[in-house]
Amino acid sequence: MLRDKSDVLIIGAGGAGLVAALNAKESGASVLVITKEYPTRSQTCMAQGGINAALGNAGEDSVEAHIKNTLKSAHGLAKEEAVRLMCSEAPNAVKWLDSIGVCFSRTKDAKIAQRTLGGASAPRACYAQDYTGLKILHTLYDKCMSEEIEILSEKYLLELLKDENGCVCGAKILDIRSGEIENYKSRAVVLATGGYSRIYDKNSTNSTASTGDGIAAASRAGASLVDMEFVQFHPTALKNSSILISESARGEGGYLINSKGERFTNELAPRDEVSRAINEEILKGEDIFLDIRHLGEEFIEEGLPQERKLSKLYENVDPVHDLIPIRPVAHYTMGGIEVDDSSSTTVKGLFAAGECANHRVHGANRLGGNSLLEIVVFGKQAGLNAAKYAAENSSESELQEVSGSIYNLEEQQSENEIDFYEVREHIGDLFYKNVGIVRKKSELQMAQEEIKEIKSKLHLMGVSDSSKVYNSNFVEFLEFQNMLEICENVVSSALKRDESCGAHYMEDLS
Amino acid sequence: MKITVKREEGFVEYEVDIVDSTLLQLLNIIKTTQDNTLTFSSGCRSSVCGSCSMRVNDREVLACSYKVQDGDRVEPLRNVPVIRDLVVDMDKAYAFNAKAKAWQKTISEGSEVTQDDEKVNEVQSDCILCGSCYSACPVYAVNEEFLGPFALTRTWKYVSDRREEDEKSKIDTIQTNGVWDCTLCNECTMVCPQGISSKSDIEKLRSKSAMAGYSDPSFANSFGGGFGFDGSPSF
Repeated sequence: MLRDKSDVLIIGAGGAGLVAALNAKESGASVLVITKEYPTRSQTCMAQGGINAALGNAGEDSVEAHIKNTLKSAHGLAKEEAVRLMCSEAPNAVKWLDSIGVCFSRTKDAKIAQRTLGGASAPRACYAQDYTGLKILHTLYDKCMSEEIEILSEKYLLELLKDENGCVCGAKILDIRSGEIENYKSRAVVLATGGYSRIYDKNSTNSTASTGDGIAAASRAGASLVDMEFVQFHPTALKNSSILISESARGEGGYLINSKGERFTNELAPRDEVSRAINEEILKGEDIFLDIRHLGEEFIEEGLPQERKLSKLYENVDPVHDLIPIRPVAHYTMGGIEVDDSSSTTVKGLFAAGECANHRVHGANRLGGNSLLEIVVFGKQAGLNAAKYAAENSSESELQEVSGSIYNLEEQQSENEIDFYEVREHIGDLFYKNVGIVRKKSELQMAQEEIKEIKSKLHLMGVSDSSKVYNSNFVEFLEFQNMLEICENVVSSALKRDESCGAHYMEDLS
Repeated sequence: MKITVKREEGFVEYEVDIVDSTLLQLLNIIKTTQDNTLTFSSGCRSSVCGSCSMRVNDREVLACSYKVQDGDRVEPLRNVPVIRDLVVDMDKAYAFNAKAKAWQKTISEGSEVTQDDEKVNEVQSDCILCGSCYSACPVYAVNEEFLGPFALTRTWKYVSDRREEDEKSKIDTIQTNGVWDCTLCNECTMVCPQGISSKSDIEKLRSKSAMAGYSDPSFANSFGGGFGFDGSPSF
């Protein structure tokens, strides 16, 4: 079934997708946004800490310092021009968010409040209590409604479609509600589909939706992926549930302590360093805790209300009186679809922004507060350039049908000799251990072999639910297959990089 | 632990050997180990994405923040079409945000927002659009076109924000199927996981409406009109 045609089709309705939509529309393009969830349910809503901009509202700061900190944390893998652009645009990005109604926290002199996150030389992260991502995302959604941007929910990306010249010109989509497969035609496509932290399954802070669908589809369409081995492990997730405790808890003065009650690291070092320090303690047999008791009830209630609620719910501890048990888990994926300085991928007609893209601003380790910034700056860049491309390439082209029997539910039904849910969990644990915070060549090879083995048994796995209507068993199996492809790429990229660099830390280099 | 879940074919009982678990954790165990066909939505697991709202023992909850109890009866949200099992179609409900024009109309050019200004709509801007209030609202039984609690809270968020310069057009938009249709029963407040009271936001919008010259249509012939359905003054 061929659906409505648009100039720019945006896949993903998190921060990057919505910013791209607003900018593409403003340049005069017709825009359609589709998402496998609803527009306010994306990973963006989970960002707590803040959005970086050198405003200097809470202490001296400069764009140069922001650039310097970002480059340092990137360990030489960032592109200086891209970092320079992002950091220079940051004050405008925050000003724009403020102008459309984002409820940032304020200072006593009516400026946007800022706090210090790890690796930053100044209080630079603008925040809205610990709901920064939520408030930004919802305001962007409201803004999209005001601009009458059409957003279709619960539609899952299967494949990117190309024309006879090999340019991307639409997408093949599964309507989750009806089970129908639909082709959406467009002159340009922007992927804003998020990262792949869920390859670590329960060892991740992320929403269960962060399954790398867009990255896998882009790769199948011929787009290059880069630096896929760089996965950020956030130092402080709740021990049992992997629920994120924001870095702002440490930024505001929280300590990390071991079972003996000793501090063992600089809490405000970049995330890769802190995660390794914690990992080392855990391997020694220590339990690790975040201690924010000394910050006081009033402060915790005012600045970290979510943290308190989640600690009580999942660990039965009240951070006002108790230590919070934590461990590092996968949080953000620096790797992604290669893009140039116009957010264009290596395939014509295909653009990407947000966590699925690699704009080379995070390099080997992302700084807290730079991802919300990235989605605004590069979401805009992707939207504007996709609209420009659509205007310049308006000739009619033929859609080339992609064959894909894997999208046929009947053919995916199976006896389930092997349960993919079990395999999914197993891969998560395998990757956490072997392709995790500290890596060894031998362990990487073991993981690579195992993924190969699992792929060869894929035909023994399948979908047991036969419903056409809202078959989440089917969608989860499609996500699982995307994650398998991503896993292959992550582990082979890790094996190729024979050095320690930021979040890719090799132990047995000889 | 036994729970019953409302599905297409009626209530189905499931038994899982687990204690001290959120409802979402339990549903995930059933889905992945007992019954792949059980259908529900979820996302963040930390009460910010609003995907896993449902009803337990006739009360709206987020499955990720509710500790499941033996004997719980789990059902989908009300006032919205059920797609399958616990998954509902929120499209029409969300469309009320656009109908209420719940956005900032004027682009603010550096207007000063103080800490006091920030507090005015801090809680309202915590809304996660889970739809719990919408499900609990009794007005939909008589008026399917009611803008509803979350859309009106969103309107109040923008009306009360000093960056919005065109308050009047916001107030104009919510007169029909809007502020006066609420019965002030407070069910929305009782079920909100974010501690938002749409009822009190609606009262504040009524007061603004009265100041703009509007009155409660059901008291069209009486003075002022600044009274709610239950006769309580609204300001």
